[in-house]
Amino acid sequence: MTLRILYFASLREALGSSGESLELPANIATTGALRDHIAARGEPWTALTRAKNLRCAVNQAMVGFDAQVRAGDEVAFFPPVTGG
Amino acid sequence: MTAASVQEEDFDVGSEIEVLTKNAHDAGAVASFVGVVRGAGILSMTLEHYPAMTERALNEIVAEANRRWELLGVRVIHRVGKLQPGDRIVLVAVASTHRQAAFAACEFIMDYLKTRAPFWKREETADGGRWVDARESDEAAQQRW
Repeated sequence: MTLRILYFASLREALGSSGESLELPANIATTGALRDHIAARGEPWTALTRAKNLRCAVNQAMVGFDAQVRAGDEVAFFPPVTGG
Repeated sequence: MTAASVQEEDFDVGSEIEVLTKNAHDAGAVASFVGVVRGAGILSMTLEHYPAMTERALNEIVAEANRRWELLGVRVIHRVGKLQPGDRIVLVAVASTHRQAAFAACEFIMDYLKTRAPFWKREETADGGRWVDARESDEAAQQRW
């Protein structure tokens, strides 16, 4: 099951990556579990769990860290927004 | 016309309000807000966004405003890319029959935009760049609606 992952703003800089395609293990079912799975790689990916007030979106809609992820989803992680 | 646009180019406030007013049949009130880059200590500001999500998020905020108030027209423009102090960043303009709905919806859309639309500001200063921190007062402003 493949997911498209995107990173934005200060998180993108901390990770040195704007995104990746990820083959998801069968036991990862939520955005929170996905975040922890990626952070478990170690530096610099621990920025995902260190970040204060990290936000996420699934298929371009903001969701919580208990939201379901499925094959083909686009999941984005980013800091709190600062537009306007 | 699409209610919300995301663009690098500047916008003309006068002509945007004129078009909105013309298209809003029998509007008695048009309220607008223009956000501007503040200059204190910064050389420039760069706005990053999540292109696939931005217009969708803005249009959802406009749709929510339309559910809460009887509006005759809404226009939202948010700029991205590199901006200079004094540049316009965002326009929200709302037309309605009476002023109360136009004022309230304009403020509602800005408060939601500040916490729900995927934009991020980075300031370039003489000492380098820094990402602007989200403000808790913005979260509180959105919560009151």
